[in-house]
Amino acid sequence: MDWQAFWLTIRLAVIVAAVLAVIGLPIAYWIAYSRWRWKFLAEALVALPIVLPPTVLGFYVLVALGSRSPLGRAWQSLTGHTLAFTFGGLVIGSIIYSLPFAVQPFAASFALVDPKLIAASSTLGASKLKTFSRVILPLSLPGLVTGVALSFAHTLGEFGVVLMVGGNIPGVTRTVSIDIYDQVQALNYTSANQTALVLLAISFAALCLVYGVNRKVGAVWPWK
Amino acid sequence: MDEANVDRQDTLTAQLRKRFANAGGDFTLDVTFTINPGITIVFGPSGAGKTTLLDCIAGLTIPDSGKITVGERILFDHTRGTNTPVQSRRLGYVFQDLALFPHLTVRKNVEYGLAGFDKEKMERRKKSDTILESFRISHLRDRKPAEISGGERQRVALARALVTDPCVLLLDEPLAALDAATKSKIIDDLRSWNAAHGIPILYVTHNREEVFALGDRVLVLENGRIIADGTPHGVMAAPRRESLAQLIGFENIFHAVVTAAHEDRGTMTCRIADSNLELDTPLVRAETGSALLIGIRAGDILLATVQPVGLSARNIIPGRLLSLEQRDVIVAARVNCGVEMEVHLTLAARDSLQLKPGREVWLIVKTHSCHLMAAG
Repeated sequence: MDWQAFWLTIRLAVIVAAVLAVIGLPIAYWIAYSRWRWKFLAEALVALPIVLPPTVLGFYVLVALGSRSPLGRAWQSLTGHTLAFTFGGLVIGSIIYSLPFAVQPFAASFALVDPKLIAASSTLGASKLKTFSRVILPLSLPGLVTGVALSFAHTLGEFGVVLMVGGNIPGVTRTVSIDIYDQVQALNYTSANQTALVLLAISFAALCLVYGVNRKVGAVWPWK
Repeated sequence: MDEANVDRQDTLTAQLRKRFANAGGDFTLDVTFTINPGITIVFGPSGAGKTTLLDCIAGLTIPDSGKITVGERILFDHTRGTNTPVQSRRLGYVFQDLALFPHLTVRKNVEYGLAGFDKEKMERRKKSDTILESFRISHLRDRKPAEISGGERQRVALARALVTDPCVLLLDEPLAALDAATKSKIIDDLRSWNAAHGIPILYVTHNREEVFALGDRVLVLENGRIIADGTPHGVMAAPRRESLAQLIGFENIFHAVVTAAHEDRGTMTCRIADSNLELDTPLVRAETGSALLIGIRAGDILLATVQPVGLSARNIIPGRLLSLEQRDVIVAARVNCGVEMEVHLTLAARDSLQLKPGREVWLIVKTHSCHLMAAG
């Protein structure tokens, strides 16, 4: 098994999940509480990566990061190199790709918070920020865990976007799922199977966490 | 004394209009009133606009037009475009379902509104300790809302709203779910709190007992408008419109004619229309011969199987039992006594009296259980 690819993938997934936890919260807050009439457009945009073929998404990200786009040029003049085919580019592509997996559980759990509690908080003199941090956030904890765990697991297994944006550079952009593909191409089935099993186990564990924290009130913990 | 005490003794003045268009038709809240320190009841059926009224004052709903002030402070003024945000209005609001924060302890709930005002932690502790003490919930301070009783939750909700030193207190049926004993204890505590603070309290209810138990003044709200305003006895006992009687829940409403007024005794005799039945009723300003409506609640009538003697009640009416119908834990008996009356009994009373349709019975109605209303 390619441990270098393994740790690179873990590193990528952790960074993406952490960034999404930060930028996903305000987006989800806006989606849950905004009364803007065109809000559905933003909701559709956020959900787009769920249905878009990863190669399409990857293609556009690659173009946007490349030296012909204004964004790519600005980055190049700042740092001296392009983002395409780097770990940083991979992070950006993955953030976009996994955005709905963080934002949607966040927004769903915000929307479930009793509006009376939010009203009570503001009649007690609390600002919007205080209401968010002391009432909405703590009461949405299962949704937050779900969003972070799903975006982590989703990043772990992505293939198309990574291939388009990052290519296949060992130690830089070569993730586990690409490693598996390479090994199958080389007819190295035993090694592919080992790596695949590890990925399977991690994904299953992440989903167990998601369903575990979202269990109905009153359910009994399995070990009690 | 802290700064919050400066604008005490302020009155709440509201003149507002709010229209809702929905599938069931339009609803318009359109009210004007001034409220002095003390408890003012807002009484009306569900759908009368009671909660909408409180939401407008609190700033949770924005009126279409009008003006809301507390003392000199303008909370809302449509013409000037003033709309003080909810969190800056400094009103206490106890919601119908209380809205206690389920993830915080009783103490954290009560201290929630203090954080913005008092930076000092010790000061905050002291304030919350005092209010927990005066609402007798100190021993619950480390519990979560789910771990305490309904009455205790009401006390926490009141304490949480009052600890912030609000200029006005809005209560939306806060005691609806409680038994009478718990209710009256909480009311006593609220009264003694307000004896020291003297702020206007708007108390919304659809329970007529609470109107008499609590209010110095009652506003009757029906279909978005104030249809009566005065002392509880003035508003609830004087002749008034029939719609009001129905909303208070009289099972028995009869057309009647005043046959005699006994000014010296403070009573009148009224004959129920199309019958020979005469009832002793409280005295109201009505000419002999004028038409009235008499409302008697089914729960206010006693039923006897032998003719009672030596009672203070003035109306003892013979009749015959027509039917018995069990509704949950009460039995509704229909009795023919010249007119048909509905009487509510307990299951135990039905069984021990061995009541059967066709049986001869006597109905006992106190003079003051006959409520008079203007006809039409």
